[in-house]
Amino acid sequence: MSKCRNLLASTALLTLGAVPALAEPLGIGRAALPEEVAAWDVAIMPDGRGLPQGGGNVLDGEDLWIEQCAVCHGDFAEGAGNWPQIVGGLGTLMDDRPVKTTDSYWPHLSTVWDYVNRSMPFGAAQTLTGDEVYAITAYILYSGGLVDDDFELTHENFTSITLPNADGFFVDDRDDVELPLFTQEPCMSDCRAPVSISARATDIDVTPEFPIIRFTYSDGSAPAPAPTDTVEEASAEPEAAPAEEAVQMASLDPALVAAGEAAWRQCRTCHQLGDGARNGTGPQLNGVVGQAAGHADGFRYSPALIEASEGGLVWTEETLDAFLENPAGLIPRNRMSFRGVRSEDERAALIAYLMSYSN
Amino acid sequence: MTDTPNDAAKTPRGTSRRDFLRTAGLAAGGAMVGAGAKAASPDPLITEVQPYASFLGEGVDATPYGMPIHFEDHVVRRNVEWLTADPISSINFTPIHALDGTITPQGCAFERHHSGAIEMSKDEYRLMITGLVDKPLVFTFGDLMRMPRVQHTYFCECAANGGMEWGGAQLNGAQFTHGMIHNMEYTGVSLRTLLNEAGVKPEGTWVYVEGHDASSNGRSIPMEKALDDCIVAFYANGEALRMEHGYPVRLVVPGWEGNMWVKWLRRIGVHDGPIESREETSKYTDLMPDGRARKWTWVMDAKSVITSPSPQVPVSHGPGPMVITGLAWSGRGKVTRVDVSVDGGVNWQEARIAGDPQSMAVTRFYFDHVWDGAPMFLQARAIDETGYVQPTKEQLRAIRGLNSIYHNNAIQTWYVNENGDAENVEVS
Repeated sequence: MSKCRNLLASTALLTLGAVPALAEPLGIGRAALPEEVAAWDVAIMPDGRGLPQGGGNVLDGEDLWIEQCAVCHGDFAEGAGNWPQIVGGLGTLMDDRPVKTTDSYWPHLSTVWDYVNRSMPFGAAQTLTGDEVYAITAYILYSGGLVDDDFELTHENFTSITLPNADGFFVDDRDDVELPLFTQEPCMSDCRAPVSISARATDIDVTPEFPIIRFTYSDGSAPAPAPTDTVEEASAEPEAAPAEEAVQMASLDPALVAAGEAAWRQCRTCHQLGDGARNGTGPQLNGVVGQAAGHADGFRYSPALIEASEGGLVWTEETLDAFLENPAGLIPRNRMSFRGVRSEDERAALIAYLMSYSN
Repeated sequence: MTDTPNDAAKTPRGTSRRDFLRTAGLAAGGAMVGAGAKAASPDPLITEVQPYASFLGEGVDATPYGMPIHFEDHVVRRNVEWLTADPISSINFTPIHALDGTITPQGCAFERHHSGAIEMSKDEYRLMITGLVDKPLVFTFGDLMRMPRVQHTYFCECAANGGMEWGGAQLNGAQFTHGMIHNMEYTGVSLRTLLNEAGVKPEGTWVYVEGHDASSNGRSIPMEKALDDCIVAFYANGEALRMEHGYPVRLVVPGWEGNMWVKWLRRIGVHDGPIESREETSKYTDLMPDGRARKWTWVMDAKSVITSPSPQVPVSHGPGPMVITGLAWSGRGKVTRVDVSVDGGVNWQEARIAGDPQSMAVTRFYFDHVWDGAPMFLQARAIDETGYVQPTKEQLRAIRGLNSIYHNNAIQTWYVNENGDAENVEVS
């Protein structure tokens, strides 16, 4: 903690007097009840303190994984799309492209348990039981080849597991290694030989489009745009919407559809639309308007939604409006963990947007 | 085509840079009045009565809470889609290239969420202190408002700011290379005051802070820092925190990496060691060339960047007087000096620092330059009150290699060609 002492020493003068001196407590606030502390104080320490009693095995973990985790992290924790790979990559930390996973990089198993318990599954956090978290953690260990398929992880054997990279970290040493080099009097003239370009971002070309800011000058001075830009300008054509899309939207209010597209941002993490749409955390929604609930082939719907579908629920503008306003109100215990859309206008826009993909 | 200054920058989203250049070229041509600053014909903007000089503008009831005028629509946060798997657990970038001064308006200050920005009212808000304290406590928002308040301006920089540039020049714009930073004036309660209410036990050497959002991603902070200058903040730049900045309450951890500035602050746990959470082990640790990783790299080292000219704000005039400006900051204290080079670091000159630099806050610098029309390699270099001199990328790479992702505080180079166009380059 020498760094902190140094920091305190250097900032003490600045902060003294800026903050009221420590005094007798003001007596503001109330005592936290044990139930309240239990509800929120769920952090797990590296030595296992904080773990609840219980356990879960690899096979149960595999079922949970397929159901709850595989859509983003792959059936074997190998990752899907741009989502994190959870296991693998052992021995790659010195490579050009290191693969940092629970078994190649993470130092503590407690971190895996704590993170799954508090933050996962993405979009439905804090819905797993303690035993389910043990089982999923056991499955992650199994997927990384660290335990056998008959392994059960419990609060009693938890700290017997040491992750491969447990010793791979050291406390920030910039003060010792870098400060001596970076606190020397800087050179002001003839500091190096004339420079030339060794790498340019435009060669990689991964920057999003952005507008260029230019001004008007009273002397009319303005350099001509760079030749490459001029050449490309000549061939630039206005972007035309595909004809079929125009036809498809013909009967819908384009402004409403556009508003719906903007509102769709809150849905697209879980749902896909359009060409190549696939089931993700939620089902793909092409053609959803006018269909019976549970329309997407291959999606694992909740029992509650299947029941509603068998009961005759069809996604009309009216039922969609009610569902979007309060998902749990229309279909209790369904799995769409979404707060709902309060604005009636926004719901109408979203439904119009869905209809534009529902011919 | 109008030639209102800067109007042409109001390019609709989706319009390409090429389209823009075409219209901008027309604007420049239309405004061309000949060298020597002598007008060939009278300027109609002066000789003809303009609509705004004759008709009436908007009344005081038109806009109870205003947005910037539409000519500034391009001054917005932007994200880089390929950086993250989705826009919920993601980051965007402050348009630092288009701002001046030091304070970042909340509406365009970068956002980083792990499970999205949540909507929580002041009435719903609860804050709990647990763990190694004499008295575990619960506070409401109203309770916080009854405690002695403090006020400070601090920068908040994501540890990954510039992280895409370790391997080479990659993103072409100051917004994208350096925009994971904002600088705000915070009002709130000292974290020390809150801990004093609960009474920290002698063995309580760390706090663990976490948020109300679905990720609740938390960070461990040593007690020395927690008792020093951290603020439990509820106002920024004179108004309530915006939703995306943690409304109603966030933590401010001056000079330290932005990931520790927990938004929607829910709980402060007092412990006898660090939790070693996901955000302080698998992320926000700096992988070194030997395959081991630095942890607890909390302090943000001194850094600077020229915000204009830069790829998004090229030099759009000819040779002659111009302003080179940028931002400098240090997590170790005040910025005391900024040097600027126009030749890629061969020769340096001291820039003017605007206003009084504050500790662990952003400092604005200006360098008044007369451009001779030749290509320039623009660089800035910050020096803080501890004597720390912002290093070059080669210096950092020699120690840290290419895979540390975080804490890239290297000197940035913009190449400005004879047309005034600017681009992100590395030089050797």
